[in-house]
Amino acid sequence: MSSARRCPARRALAGLFVWHLKNTGVQRIPCHPVPLFRAGGDRLITFQYFNFLKRMYVTQYNKDLSQRAKPKSDSVASPFSELQQLDQEKRVLHKIRPISPVQQPLSETPSQSESRERESAVEAEDLVTPVKAESKDDRQWKEMKLQLEDLPGILARLSKIKLTALVVSTASAGFAMAPVPFDLTCFLLASLGTGLASCAANSINQFFEVPFDSNMNRTKNRPLVRGQISPLLAVCFAASCGVPGIALLTLGVNPLTGALGAFNIFLYTCCYTPMKRMSIANTWVGAVVGAIPPVMGWTAATGSLDAGALLLGGILYSWQFPHFNALSWGLREDYSRGGYCMMSVTHPALCRRVALRHCLALIGLSTAAPILDITTWTFPIISLPINLYISYLGFRFYRDADRSSSRKLFFCSLWHLPMLLLVMFSCKKSFLEKEDKGELLSGSHGRAMEMRLP
Amino acid sequence: MAAAAAGGLGVLRSGDGCCCTHRVLRLASSSSSSSSVGGERQESAGLGFRPPAHSCNDWIGPPDKHSNLRPVIFYVPPEESPLERRLREARQEAQECNQHFWARQNRAFRQEKEEFIYSRLKAKGLEMRDKTGQKATLNAEEMADFYKDFLSKNFRKHMQYNRDWYKRNFAITFLMGQVALVRALRWLRWKKKNIGN
Repeated sequence: MSSARRCPARRALAGLFVWHLKNTGVQRIPCHPVPLFRAGGDRLITFQYFNFLKRMYVTQYNKDLSQRAKPKSDSVASPFSELQQLDQEKRVLHKIRPISPVQQPLSETPSQSESRERESAVEAEDLVTPVKAESKDDRQWKEMKLQLEDLPGILARLSKIKLTALVVSTASAGFAMAPVPFDLTCFLLASLGTGLASCAANSINQFFEVPFDSNMNRTKNRPLVRGQISPLLAVCFAASCGVPGIALLTLGVNPLTGALGAFNIFLYTCCYTPMKRMSIANTWVGAVVGAIPPVMGWTAATGSLDAGALLLGGILYSWQFPHFNALSWGLREDYSRGGYCMMSVTHPALCRRVALRHCLALIGLSTAAPILDITTWTFPIISLPINLYISYLGFRFYRDADRSSSRKLFFCSLWHLPMLLLVMFSCKKSFLEKEDKGELLSGSHGRAMEMRLP
Repeated sequence: MAAAAAGGLGVLRSGDGCCCTHRVLRLASSSSSSSSVGGERQESAGLGFRPPAHSCNDWIGPPDKHSNLRPVIFYVPPEESPLERRLREARQEAQECNQHFWARQNRAFRQEKEEFIYSRLKAKGLEMRDKTGQKATLNAEEMADFYKDFLSKNFRKHMQYNRDWYKRNFAITFLMGQVALVRALRWLRWKKKNIGN
């Protein structure tokens, strides 16, 4: 991320804005230009200001710098679309000069004309923002006819396929950490069942949230919002994923896993989704929803709810808070306007405190892993640097409470979890070793470092 | 038709709190009068778009600039059954209600936000625009007070709207299911008749 190279936004933008108005040569270059590539002869194309979606190009021709603004189209998909959209909106607000208000007739009182001026300025700004944010395609009327060739893509977006993939991978992590011989059939059935259950839950969530999703930048391109699929079809798809998914888990794996899957769907669709608009407690419920898949993976392997399952669930539970609280810090405006009850809006201090608290809890949980015989003692040692780093970012977020610290914490959480699970798996205590603890004490250190599937 | 629709909207706006508590009788009557004219589109005049005559589907448009919701122009088939009409009217009603609620919310948000920025800047002794002519803004931390305040002020309104939205959503989806089932049975019967011949 090139945020390190990024200049203070206002200075750079003020410089560009002045440029645009006066149309002179450059007086001063706000940012250190980074030459990317040469295009024919003397022309050097550099990055003037780096942004995820918008790039300002400075062209140099015969030592005379001039600026060409070229907004990048919205169609580029990215894993970090939530923060990008917000970025773009913010930039547009700074750059676009509102249309100067029409001359007010002299008969109006000053206060009236002032408020009208403000409103027209607001209208102008706000009209520009949505227009810029949409692609040309979006501005047209479309027939609401389901195209079969588009259906896989639509269903993938309806089921939030990337999130589902993440959920399935945490369930697989739970399965892999269980101290039993690895059963491939069981593993595949459990993963498939969990994936189907997740698809069902996500589809129902989108079915409930259509008007709210329309009003938030992050979610306004969802299939139901765009009318690409009817609500009836969305519900049918959810049922056709959920019922086989739970049946697969109950009959193909074990009833406990099936029950957990069904409970998780219920918790997500009927508790978390409505609660988002009722109380800040939704974040804790959502954390439980995120913690259940690894527990399901564990119970799929072992058939019982052990301490190990609860520990893995606890790690995922704690991880949700720095992840979500950091993300929600940048979305406060959308949440407030849309009526979402989130800690970041109503209790900002609590939001940061909870994020920090759970970062520290991750250290504690990592230390508990060898005590419960899930991993060896190398796990808390090796995972300490990454846990300390996320705790440090959590502390910065707690202290600074600004956008850059929240973004750093969010992006850190994205790589922290896979790395933690990977380290955990590599430090897994083989179940053969556990049977003979005597041998373990003498020669464990060398053996523990090997990655082993029992 | 447009006047009747506007009249219906007038009924909506006069209500306090959420519009959704009022039964939209006038809108229903306006739609029934136009559905008697076979295959005609409704509400298209106000939206500035007319779907092609040969199309037998609904059409969905770009997001509205106030409510961010996408308006739908519903297709009225020439032999619309009472069940299908109920479905269409329910969808229209939900659309109107959502449009009214969100347009009002977003407008109120924008206005109150501007007022807040203005009052804060004034308290700081700053003008709305600085010397380069650029509009002065508050940073996110200063705006946080406004966001919190706005959310708590509108909490009850949102609760009422949520309840109403969930009810409508379920009702519409259930009607869609019924219509789909009836159509499927009709198609099966037609197939059987054809095979018989």
